[in-house]
Amino acid sequence: MSGEMREITYRQALSEALGEELERDPNVFLMGEEVAQYNGAYKVSQGLLDRFGPKRIIDTPISENGFAGMGVGSAMVGLRPVIEFMTFSFSLVAFDQVVNNATNMLTMSGGQFNIPITFRGPNGPAHQLGATHSHATECLYANFPGLKICTPATPRDAKGLLKTAIRDNNPVLVLESELLYSSKGMIEPAEQELLIPLGQAELKREGTDVTIICYAQTVPLALAAAQALEEEEISAEVLDLRSIKPLDHEAIFNSVAKTHRVVIAEQDRPYCGIGAEICYRIQNEIFDELDAPIARVSQEDVPMPYNERLEKAVLPSAEKIVAAVKKVCNA
Amino acid sequence: MPAPEQRDEVEMLSLMLLIRRFEERASQQYQAQKIGGFCHLYIGQEAVVVGAIAAARNDDYLITAYRDHAHALARGTTADACMAELFGKATGCSRGLGGSMHYFDKANHMYGGHAIVGAHVPLACGLAFACKYREEDRVTLCFFGDGAINQGAFHEALNLAALLKLPVIFICENNLFAMGTSVERSTSLKEIVDRAEGYDIPGVVADGMNFRDVRDKLSEVVDSIRKDPHPAFVEIRTYRYRGHSMSDPASYRTKEQLEQYRMDDPITRLRAQLTREGKLSNEQFDAMDKQAKETALASVKFAEESAEPPVEELYNYTYVG
Repeated sequence: MSGEMREITYRQALSEALGEELERDPNVFLMGEEVAQYNGAYKVSQGLLDRFGPKRIIDTPISENGFAGMGVGSAMVGLRPVIEFMTFSFSLVAFDQVVNNATNMLTMSGGQFNIPITFRGPNGPAHQLGATHSHATECLYANFPGLKICTPATPRDAKGLLKTAIRDNNPVLVLESELLYSSKGMIEPAEQELLIPLGQAELKREGTDVTIICYAQTVPLALAAAQALEEEEISAEVLDLRSIKPLDHEAIFNSVAKTHRVVIAEQDRPYCGIGAEICYRIQNEIFDELDAPIARVSQEDVPMPYNERLEKAVLPSAEKIVAAVKKVCNA
Repeated sequence: MPAPEQRDEVEMLSLMLLIRRFEERASQQYQAQKIGGFCHLYIGQEAVVVGAIAAARNDDYLITAYRDHAHALARGTTADACMAELFGKATGCSRGLGGSMHYFDKANHMYGGHAIVGAHVPLACGLAFACKYREEDRVTLCFFGDGAINQGAFHEALNLAALLKLPVIFICENNLFAMGTSVERSTSLKEIVDRAEGYDIPGVVADGMNFRDVRDKLSEVVDSIRKDPHPAFVEIRTYRYRGHSMSDPASYRTKEQLEQYRMDDPITRLRAQLTREGKLSNEQFDAMDKQAKETALASVKFAEESAEPPVEELYNYTYVG
């Protein structure tokens, strides 16, 4: 039984997910900079302090290492913290807590302590924030066994993935996107439970000539590229990974076996980026399905410049994806 | 469980002996190359953790740094499980996956064993936060060395603990050296306890070579926190007889300094106090020491005979369902 779909923003979707999980489980709490009285730097936690009170919606000082570690400690004894990083660029200050404490704990305690924690916040370049505030951290974190990572691109995925992350018994990173917070999309009615499994990609558009593999900010770019390619009679399939770890190889292999040509549109940098891993897996598992070398569209391999024109030159774009598709299709 | 003030001092002395004899065996087994990686011994500091647990309840939370064998033993982890962990065996307290620096024992409320200096101090805040969140009256005992007090994580944690009034005791085991760097060379303060003042946290100093002083000072702090949750800082002045780790000859300090502390040995001191008060005979002490030596020796046998964790289980502890 399902009600009428409705349109909400990505920001509202995240807020609904938090509200529902806080309501459902008294062990869930939200902690981070400006999450309570200020209602969230990006207003994701708008209204939650009024609804759940200061015991469960907790403002912290600017101490990412401290409050991330505090979250991990509380998770050792069964609380389910949601830790907001104002941006994942700041998570680098807490890198040790995420990597050594949240992620290693289960193994180094011989299975005694799992860490049911969610770290969430915007990740990746936004608009002219310069080198320190524009990091796409997914490839850094993906290297650590023990972490799960998801990258919602739509309001529906944002809600469904965040709720699943909070219920997961492992540390999960929910990598949101500043550029997507105000984007809108269709979603089930609020009263209908929406859980999207981690590790499950989704075809955002079907096609026959080429697969564009994308996630997070590159999903709208890939969709725009596919639209443009339609006019040139190239039918592009758009596969949104939704999760970086675990990675849905089945969905990737199925799509590639259908189209035989691949462009990977990633929001991180090329060197050891997510696309490098996907290329390896495709050639290793279904090399014979490929009719052309795989192309990658990523950031340029430079620290992010502030200048708008230069920033644009660094970032992936629909135009760059179109060009890459034409190259692999010999069009 | 006995109330803290009723903890038998003879029993606590026996625990200190077990820790010392265990560490001596660990040292011997390390030299015989039965133990890999790093191995940091606690010999000389026994009165610190034993004094602290004598002041606390068994269900209070305990977390420490990498010099952690004694903390697990004090909490009730068996010598067998501790030695087997050093040998990397599946019967170890962390299934042989943690090693010397990562002892864990959930059943005994031992929350590690953490090897990045200072990084577990925020974890202690999280443990204490959970107690407050659930309205429990547990206290969290967070041990660390003098080297940790200059790490950012430590400072962030103290500030958070003070802001949120967390029931946690920050216990600095000041053994005068952070690896080979003396406190004077690493810390701008003359007195480590003054770190607490900067965060409006009450600070106390205790003599770590004196079990009774540690227990009594901590008992007061524990009582105060149980009545009204707040953080506290206790600097416990102690000394490690061995180097920082097994590979450290400790050439940065003088023989005279070491001898001076050995003269003030915490086990000898508590023994003398109890003997003087007619609570302990020489025969009793000798029997306790013999028992401690036997337990330590038996733990080596147990570790040797235990199985390795199976390679097929390599992926079993990366994620839980």
